[in-house]
Amino acid sequence: MKIGVLALQGAFREHIAALKKLDAETVEVRLPAHLESLDGLIIPGGESTTIGKLLLAFDLMEPIRAFGRQKAIWGTCAGAILLAKNVGRAQPLLELMNIEIERNAFGRQVESFEIDLDCPFLTPSEPPYHATFIRAPIIKTLSAPAQALMQLEDGRIVAARQENLLATSFHPELTDDLRFHRYFLEIAQRTRAA
Amino acid sequence: MAKKVSGFEVKSGLAQMLKGGVIMDVVTVEHARIAEDAGAVAVMALERVPADIRATGGVARMSDPELILKIMEAVSIPVMAKVRIGHFVEAQILEALGVDYIDESEVLTPADEAFHINKHAFKVPFVCGCRNLGEAMRRIGEGAAMMRTKGEPGTGDVVEAVRHARQVYGEIRRLQNIPEEEVMTFAKEIGAPYELCLQVRETGSLPVVNFAAGGIATPADAALMMQLGVDGIFVGSGIFKSGDPAKRAAAVVKATTHYKDAKILAEVSRNLGEPMVGRTVDSLDEIEKMAGRGW
Repeated sequence: MKIGVLALQGAFREHIAALKKLDAETVEVRLPAHLESLDGLIIPGGESTTIGKLLLAFDLMEPIRAFGRQKAIWGTCAGAILLAKNVGRAQPLLELMNIEIERNAFGRQVESFEIDLDCPFLTPSEPPYHATFIRAPIIKTLSAPAQALMQLEDGRIVAARQENLLATSFHPELTDDLRFHRYFLEIAQRTRAA
Repeated sequence: MAKKVSGFEVKSGLAQMLKGGVIMDVVTVEHARIAEDAGAVAVMALERVPADIRATGGVARMSDPELILKIMEAVSIPVMAKVRIGHFVEAQILEALGVDYIDESEVLTPADEAFHINKHAFKVPFVCGCRNLGEAMRRIGEGAAMMRTKGEPGTGDVVEAVRHARQVYGEIRRLQNIPEEEVMTFAKEIGAPYELCLQVRETGSLPVVNFAAGGIATPADAALMMQLGVDGIFVGSGIFKSGDPAKRAAAVVKATTHYKDAKILAEVSRNLGEPMVGRTVDSLDEIEKMAGRGW
């Protein structure tokens, strides 16, 4: 499996390190040519406004939209924001997933937190997934074919999947737990086979 | 499902998300919007950029909370603000305002000539300056969740930023190549906590993100610092003391992303207008230098 990690800004090195532990081939994606022959793409945590502007500046917006219609993409935090149809304010988005995002939904940095969440779709499904939320967004609403994967106790959605597309509010790249990256590689594998 | 709020992972994690980005000094709401539009990952809200602090002299303190709050309202990206070295009450005030990061900064006039703030005592994360590995490790020992090399602020002269980055990474390489029995003496010589030295010897990198600061004025300066190994860039006076701040800000952001691609660097460096005039570091009197503040 050859997985690209969007390397315009943010925590791309952490995703690459996690993928390497799972024996995936990795590519840093900074220009459209870097998307060639990839089986999947990860959009890392970072600042969504910065990454969005750089997507436009280096003509990556359309190529990644086309990529997402055929292949697997996973967005973490800022990446999830970029995958959304709507974030309630004007900023460049890929608009690939039927999800509406609220940015900084928990407040400013002093409200950032870590929490254990149930993860029945991961292998193994125990122990609970330790999720790190940093000035995190939530998925306010979603519509089919997007589906909620993980919710907080109060029902707020923090992970969603729409066929070959995956969005998480939190940062699996900041933990040593590789289950989420393995899950994404399975999605990429199945999308390639289909 | 108990919430665990603001562990060190959460504090250092925000700095991880800022990597590969540019943090810009802004003194007005308008500046903050220009910075956000140019693609800044965060802004540093302050009353005077370092070049003006140099020019006007006098005591430089934490900015008016009113200004900081207005900037926090104006942009969606993280907002940082500065406190004087050792001034833990200014830090308490900034935490109460809800700023996203506090810079315990040598750019302001130090409030304590012997001690820094105990940063473990705060929920809000801190960034601090360093000139060498020992200074970086002392600040991390005190709880800093992000570092920046100091450079010489407000000069537009990158020479000190280069010196400090080379010093920090050179000392890390040296530490990696000494036998374990020499680590304690190494720690003693550079004034760093022993346990942190063992950790850095093992991993080959600082345990927190390290940006460059102090004298960066052009896209080429930003790319130079990135190629020397820093994780991202602070630009203080370099943007809003130049002829065309919006254009220069966007160019520095692009150069920080594509720091290894000389063709893109050439393209973004074209037609940026006048850079900040600047002052060479060797024309400063010792008393004018800010980087020496820190213990």
